[in-house]
Amino acid sequence: MQEDPNNPNEGEEAVPEPEGATETIDTDYQVGQDNIQPKIGPFGLDIHNPVFVVSGLIVVAFVLLTIIFQDAAGPAFEELRGFLTSRFDWFFLIGGNVFVILCLALIVTPLGNVRLGGKEATPDHSYFGWFSMLFAAGMGIGLMFYGVAEPIAHYGTSMGGTTVEDGVRTDWAPLGAAEGNEVEARRLGMAATIFHWGLHPWAIYAIVALALALFSFNKGLPLTIRSMFYPIFGDKVWGWPGHIIDILAVFATLFGLSTSLGLGATQAIAGLNFVFGLPDSINAQVILIILITAFALISVLRGLEGGVKVLSEINMGLAAILLFFVIVVGPTLAIATGFFSNLLAYGQEVIPLSNPFGRDDDNFRQGWTSFYWAWWISWSPFVGMFIARVSRGRTVREFITCVLLIPSVVSVLWMTAFGGTAITLINEAGMSQIADAALELKLFEMLNGLPLATITSIVGVVLVIVFFVTSSDSGSLVIDTITAGGKVNAPVSQRVFWCTFEGLVAIALLIGGGLGALQAAAVSTGLPFTVVLLLGCYAIVRGLMREPR
Amino acid sequence: MYKKILVPVDLTHAENLTKALDTAAELAKSWKAELCYVGVTPETPSPVAHTPKEYGEKLAAFANKQGESHGVKTDSVYYTSTDPAIDINKTLRKAIEESGADLVVMASHVPNVLDYVWASHGGYIAEHADTSVFIVR
Repeated sequence: MQEDPNNPNEGEEAVPEPEGATETIDTDYQVGQDNIQPKIGPFGLDIHNPVFVVSGLIVVAFVLLTIIFQDAAGPAFEELRGFLTSRFDWFFLIGGNVFVILCLALIVTPLGNVRLGGKEATPDHSYFGWFSMLFAAGMGIGLMFYGVAEPIAHYGTSMGGTTVEDGVRTDWAPLGAAEGNEVEARRLGMAATIFHWGLHPWAIYAIVALALALFSFNKGLPLTIRSMFYPIFGDKVWGWPGHIIDILAVFATLFGLSTSLGLGATQAIAGLNFVFGLPDSINAQVILIILITAFALISVLRGLEGGVKVLSEINMGLAAILLFFVIVVGPTLAIATGFFSNLLAYGQEVIPLSNPFGRDDDNFRQGWTSFYWAWWISWSPFVGMFIARVSRGRTVREFITCVLLIPSVVSVLWMTAFGGTAITLINEAGMSQIADAALELKLFEMLNGLPLATITSIVGVVLVIVFFVTSSDSGSLVIDTITAGGKVNAPVSQRVFWCTFEGLVAIALLIGGGLGALQAAAVSTGLPFTVVLLLGCYAIVRGLMREPR
Repeated sequence: MYKKILVPVDLTHAENLTKALDTAAELAKSWKAELCYVGVTPETPSPVAHTPKEYGEKLAAFANKQGESHGVKTDSVYYTSTDPAIDINKTLRKAIEESGADLVVMASHVPNVLDYVWASHGGYIAEHADTSVFIVR
């Protein structure tokens, strides 16, 4: 909370004037001017007409069709996903590189001096709260799910070496693999994993978040994805071109989120089954999603400060304890030295791994990298808008450094501790069950190789569930803002509606067996969004050049 | 009896507040009290203003206009919030405490079935504030 210092009623917490000089864009458009306020029973709504209605209908239709044609939908979407990631892999890879280069350039150039929210703006959240929220929204569930699974996968395929049939490589190893060379396979596997969770994904989030924050806090445009296109489309952005961009953003957000919720539910149930022997069935998953959605609703009703932020901080603490535990009781020395050697490996391999041309590791590049890039990009409206909303008052340099570099370093540490420990357990303790376990069980199998397995597994389940709640809550906040034409004070009942709907979509798709289809749908929205983001890069530079710094 | 009357206003729907505003002004006149208009705005651009500062200026202008038309002394204060949809009740309580107001006059809707689940802002303030609260319907 901040108050105007010129006001005679200023309280003790008064801070310097929050704005200062900015270059506001002069447009006649008013936030929420296209909104309608229908009343459905006791619920008063405040929604952006075409965006809410069209995106709502598409989502409902998608869910119904997936359930009705569950046998056909799965393969069709798998096909689409395969087509997009194999034909457009070069485009996704180039896009990812452009985002990283722009972010790094912004850190070192004077454009980094621009402050989001005006020259004298002050941050709304402390570093700890802010950073916790970045992680909770960005990839909390992902790190839990893939922290053990991905390093093992790349390590295993690298050890297997390359296999060629009809002149095409059929193995899934990164780059040239490392047949039979344990040390080299481990190095390459970790570098490839960190590549997927390091600079590139966070650069994608940072670009979206920066564009949104700049055009909203500094330029005075509504907090919706379309605003970043104002320098390109001008006032046309308030018409159909903008509606389409926003609808695409809602679509991507809802499906990206439901995918993550689906992953979270499967892993939490697998964990509960592992520890307590609870049944691992669709019914159990549905009950869990209902329970978690109920928790998310409580979090929604407590707002950003009392809900997402508090839970994110709790989860950061818990995750740090789990990480510390694995480091201490796991192969401590190997993790400590591994951290630096993995960082070095990442530094050495990041350019070959991000090179889109002249490579023969098609399966790895298309099946892993371009799939991940498409997925991160389809997620970016969600994470980006959430990050934007909580990042006012930071300078561009501070913002990019914190959004890009710190999470990347944490990812290196996380992957080194969890993945490295798993590889060590497989190699030195002969725990091949970690490699053989289902994807959602690998984490628990790894923890089982360490002391106090029951306790750490419970902590793991709690982490997944709380990440689930924060994702659902922050997702509702974002979808609500987009479908309310950029208004952030629309009736709370709308946010409740979206939160409930996310749970329902996840349930419907789990019952319909469509988690794969859902994932494919999330990826499909990634391709048009890559174009959106590349245009956004241009808009950011143009917007920043005009800001006082 | 009353020295300072706090009037929460939503500038987006100022036209719906006429009855509450007039009631507050009449009370201020009869007790020779000062009227203080309080508003809560998001950090992001809103239907009312591009920036919180612009919001503050509009609220001050609104307060001046009210003061002139009713012939009472007025003042205004605004608060910003990252999540105004939820924080508004808490922020209003803070405003009441910090302003030292001894009466709050605010508009609220006629209760409906939803109020069993979600209390209205007026209902919440009346239930939680230490000062007297006058709800106008």
